[in-house]
Amino acid sequence: MAETILKVKNLYKLFKSNDITANEDVALKLLQEGADAATVLDKSGMFAAVADVSFEVQRGEIFALIGLSGSGKSTIIRCLNMLHTPTRGQILVEGSDITKYNDEQLLELRRTKIAMVFQNFGLMSHRDVLSNVCYGLEIRGMGKAEREAKGMEMVAMVGLEGWEHKTIDSLSGGMKQRVGIARALANDPDILLMDEAFSALDPLVRNDLQFELLRIQEKMGKTIVFITHDINEAFKLGSHVGILREGRMVQVATPEQMLSQPANDYVRKFIDNVDPSKVFSVRNIMVTPSCMIKATDGVNIALQSMRNNGVSSAYIVGEQMHFIGIITLEDALAVRAGKKTFEEAVIKDLPLITDMDTPVADVVELAASAKFPLVVVSEGNVLRGIVSKASILSSFCN
Amino acid sequence: MNNGLLEFPTWIKLDLATYIDDFVRYLNVNYGDFFYALKATLNGLINLIYQSLNIIPWWLFILIVIFVTKKLLGSYRKGFLYGALLFCVGTFGYWDMMNETLSIVITSVIFSLLLGLPIGVGISTSAGANGFVRPVLDAMQTMPTFVYMIPAVMLLGPGKVPAVLATVIYAVVPVIRLTSHGIQQVDKEVVEAARAFGSSRWQILAKVQIPQALPTIMTGINQTMMMAVAMVVTCAMIGANGLGMEVLIAINRTESGRGIIAGISIVILAIIIDRLTQSFSAKGDK
Ligand SMILES: Nc1ncnc2c1ncn2[C@@H]1O[C@H](COP(=O)(O)OP(=O)(O)O)[C@@H](O)[C@H]1O
Ligand SMILES: [Mg+2]
Repeated sequence: MAETILKVKNLYKLFKSNDITANEDVALKLLQEGADAATVLDKSGMFAAVADVSFEVQRGEIFALIGLSGSGKSTIIRCLNMLHTPTRGQILVEGSDITKYNDEQLLELRRTKIAMVFQNFGLMSHRDVLSNVCYGLEIRGMGKAEREAKGMEMVAMVGLEGWEHKTIDSLSGGMKQRVGIARALANDPDILLMDEAFSALDPLVRNDLQFELLRIQEKMGKTIVFITHDINEAFKLGSHVGILREGRMVQVATPEQMLSQPANDYVRKFIDNVDPSKVFSVRNIMVTPSCMIKATDGVNIALQSMRNNGVSSAYIVGEQMHFIGIITLEDALAVRAGKKTFEEAVIKDLPLITDMDTPVADVVELAASAKFPLVVVSEGNVLRGIVSKASILSSFCN
Repeated sequence: MNNGLLEFPTWIKLDLATYIDDFVRYLNVNYGDFFYALKATLNGLINLIYQSLNIIPWWLFILIVIFVTKKLLGSYRKGFLYGALLFCVGTFGYWDMMNETLSIVITSVIFSLLLGLPIGVGISTSAGANGFVRPVLDAMQTMPTFVYMIPAVMLLGPGKVPAVLATVIYAVVPVIRLTSHGIQQVDKEVVEAARAFGSSRWQILAKVQIPQALPTIMTGINQTMMMAVAMVVTCAMIGANGLGMEVLIAINRTESGRGIIAGISIVILAIIIDRLTQSFSAKGDK
């Protein structure tokens, strides 16, 4: 099922210091022997921003890269679209090594496969919102009408309808970054690179955009490499998290694994900073159930829908999304075999979350003891979404 | 005898002046045809501009200035003021000379921009070119103008053509400096973003760097125009007719009134050109 879309193998990036005797080979040899950056700088005159970093990113996931300032995060992400040329190592995008690309192939890669979102937005103040969003399409040579239609779609996607002809300077920071995201999405890239994209924003706006990003990712299934220096953000967004220290990768794992088996004290220290109060409310992590049927649909449709979606239970709703209950695969089969009536098979006695603004922290125990994902309903028992154990785990980690 | 310690010894002598004289003479003799052709072309261009200015009736010219001012500065008041000032130049009896002066200024500005903009763009991207061009620019700006007027006259003969040449050398500097400065100060992240979206070198320049640097570039163009106007009197010394010549003649004959009126006419030209071109850079700044 999971397919590796991006693979980084033994990546090195060295910068020459002012020392004219700088020697790359000496530096690489020292690094391979495990020397730290200070020693390498001292002995070879080369500054090792990234040393022997390897990781893999699966299609459709958010891979979070975290580390202190100066640990090499920006350098790595700039190697992923070759804004920096790696000193050594391979970067495989869908199996093809982009470090070997010529200029033309690189332009093509950046125009169609990989887009980037910047910490300070990198927007062009002489263009309005829409024309910033359309920039990538414009330089590909797409016609004005076509690119603006596509651009408007993206402007709407990030919730900026009505702002498309405003100047960049008239926008708030959060809105600027929405433009940055829309510009990146307009190219319809497979991979989105985000370098501390939310770090310049204040916490509330940041929360908004994190949620927005998850929503967009859910909808468009983009692969995202997300850089941050904030462990909370990394755990909130990342399905895998890589921790960097002085240019070396310390651990790559899922947030759960990292919590249960931190690789060393350095990781442990990072994790100690996880702050539960910063984590989402239920509204932010609930998803629409993939398999939903009407009470009037009957058991055959229920079974078919479960099969199509590859799940083993279906959510049953009445008129106007009124939530009725869940039917499991076994029960549905029993009904079809005539061992039960449909009415008997529906499980109605479920714990419900009635307030979408409940902090995730407050539903953890409930979720842990429940057999099914928690059902979120609003007034009048209207189904709004479900919260699975997995989504709770990746958002709440203490 | 012991003078050798106090005074610079006369026997150590580098006769550079003679070499330069020889070189200019050599150019004159061997490349005379080239300079002749250059002179003819430039003269043609200056005359073309002069004739076109002359075709425009004086009242139409004033109306154009009023409307252009309204368009650029958004004020009829200023438009009428500039129109009235031009009218004054006419009443001084200097309309024709103003056109003559304008034709030299316009030709010089055209050449300054044709040279200056590409050079400015070039040195903004290449550290090597930058290191080479900067000292040359410094020299061009600090060297007294008369110094390069002499070889210009020797090669091209007196008249408007060497005047244009000297003006270009003097006035091209700010547009080069400010173009390169403007491009260099464009936000690094914006340029990086353009690169990350797959822009070619040219696309980055045309779609990001130049538009972002435009207010600064316009300031450079404005300064170039002002310096071209400032050269008017100097140019008269090598035989360029026009308002500058009028000032020179007045100085020679100590006719204060004539000199001052011609001077005021030059100032009026300068003010109008300055305000109108400044509006571009101010607009971009917003
Ligand atoms: N172009 C460069 N030349 C020299 N050193 C650089 C360059 N870019 C980054 N570095 C150095 O590499 C290290 C890692 O930088 P960076 O990747 O920006 O870190 P981070 O994004 O994690 O803060 C820093 O110490 C920085 O000084
Ligand atoms: Mg960084």
